[in-house]
Amino acid sequence: MAREVTERTGGTERLVLMGIHRRGDEIAALLHDEIEKAEGKPVALGSLDITLYRDDLGTVGPRPLIGESTLPPEGIDDRVVVIVDDVLYTGRTARAALNELMDWGRPSKVYLCVLIDRGGRELPIQPDIVGRKVEVIGNRKIEVLVPALDGRLAVEIVKNLPAEK
Amino acid sequence: MTPTVAHFGKDLIGLEPLTGDQIRAILDTAEPFKEISERRIKKVPVLRGKTIVNLFFEPSTRTRISFEFAEKRLSADTVNIQTAGSSVVKGETLVDTARNLEAMRIDMVVMRHSASGAARFLAERIPSNVINAGDGSHEHPTQGLLDLLTIRDNLGKIEGAKVCIVGDILHSRVARSNIYGLIKLGAEVAVCGPPTLQPVGIEELGVHIFNRVEEAIEWADALNVLRLQLERMQSGYVPSLREYNRLWGISTARLEHAPKELLILHPGPMNRGVEIDSDVADGEHSVILDQVTNGVAVRMAVLYLLAGGAPEKAESAKGGAES
Repeated sequence: MAREVTERTGGTERLVLMGIHRRGDEIAALLHDEIEKAEGKPVALGSLDITLYRDDLGTVGPRPLIGESTLPPEGIDDRVVVIVDDVLYTGRTARAALNELMDWGRPSKVYLCVLIDRGGRELPIQPDIVGRKVEVIGNRKIEVLVPALDGRLAVEIVKNLPAEK
Repeated sequence: MTPTVAHFGKDLIGLEPLTGDQIRAILDTAEPFKEISERRIKKVPVLRGKTIVNLFFEPSTRTRISFEFAEKRLSADTVNIQTAGSSVVKGETLVDTARNLEAMRIDMVVMRHSASGAARFLAERIPSNVINAGDGSHEHPTQGLLDLLTIRDNLGKIEGAKVCIVGDILHSRVARSNIYGLIKLGAEVAVCGPPTLQPVGIEELGVHIFNRVEEAIEWADALNVLRLQLERMQSGYVPSLREYNRLWGISTARLEHAPKELLILHPGPMNRGVEIDSDVADGEHSVILDQVTNGVAVRMAVLYLLAGGAPEKAESAKGGAES
């Protein structure tokens, strides 16, 4: 995936990886380290917390906790931004991330990179770089485990969507 | 599942009815909102399409502007109503004013009123969210919250902090909101000021009383210096501004006797040379402008938390959080 990112974006010079809080952040950090190792050059990294851009805030009762968005110090104007998330499902998070990104600046190009594409899109949004495409039915949930939060890197399909965690 | 913040009801009337956890949740929510005001585009779409009325029956610059910035940075549509020139001077009652606003389909009211209890009175009569921006000498919850946030930012935590409120406690809604909030979060609270301006029975709230400002300075980690309303002098509560300054004013000379560095807060607007001297107000331990900055973030947090859907809708919305 790291190689595909640099191939698609044409090198590391103007590249900015923006992970979507929380697990997209972690995947972006892993990708970032891989790309830096392979290319031997520094790569800009940031994160997006899309909570305030969600389209269901008017209907959700208890308010979601808000994380902080961080930008690389150079900003994202005229840069090639790769939005990174763990799982692409309805496309609503990616829509929110795009809107937030546009409020931050004007990237010259934006790509969407996800570890898992599970189908089930509700918006016309498609990923550019995909780790793995997995077809799962609606009531199953895909959980991506990352070392920083879960102690290991793994992808699990949870049989039945748990009622509440 | 996305972690969520506990709902604390339709309105924010005061800090007295809230639990420590609810207050902490508001302060924690304010943290990420600070960053939005540092952005180049200081706006997020979270309250898009919501209409908020800022209903000010008392003059206010700072609080009203702070609310207005908070509302606009969350993309709400706002209308400001000040009593001068409004139908209130034509004798309209508070409930009639509110019902008329309701009829125009508003979502939230931010109200400042000279009568204690006005905010609750209104909240019980209209379905919109009501935020108290100061009611008489009752409470000014968002000021209390921004003071808490500023103390937490600068001292690291509120639990165990010693905070002394100096000045006119009797007429001060800021003092009351501070006392409730600070005690709920585990701070030790004291008050200090002219005996004529101390409410009877204040110690029942769990605060210490200092009769001399020197003792307060020796004891405290932070001083919240209240504005002396100049009309208090005309009503005979204090003999003269000069005497007030000499006995209760916070000066560099007084602070030199402090065993540790003291954090200085003031809710504004300041009477320089009365309750606080200029070199203290502009000094390195003054966090008065931090309070103003935090005020916008805290108000954004309150608006965000109150503008959520009804709690009963929460069940059906669960599961919609997945990417």
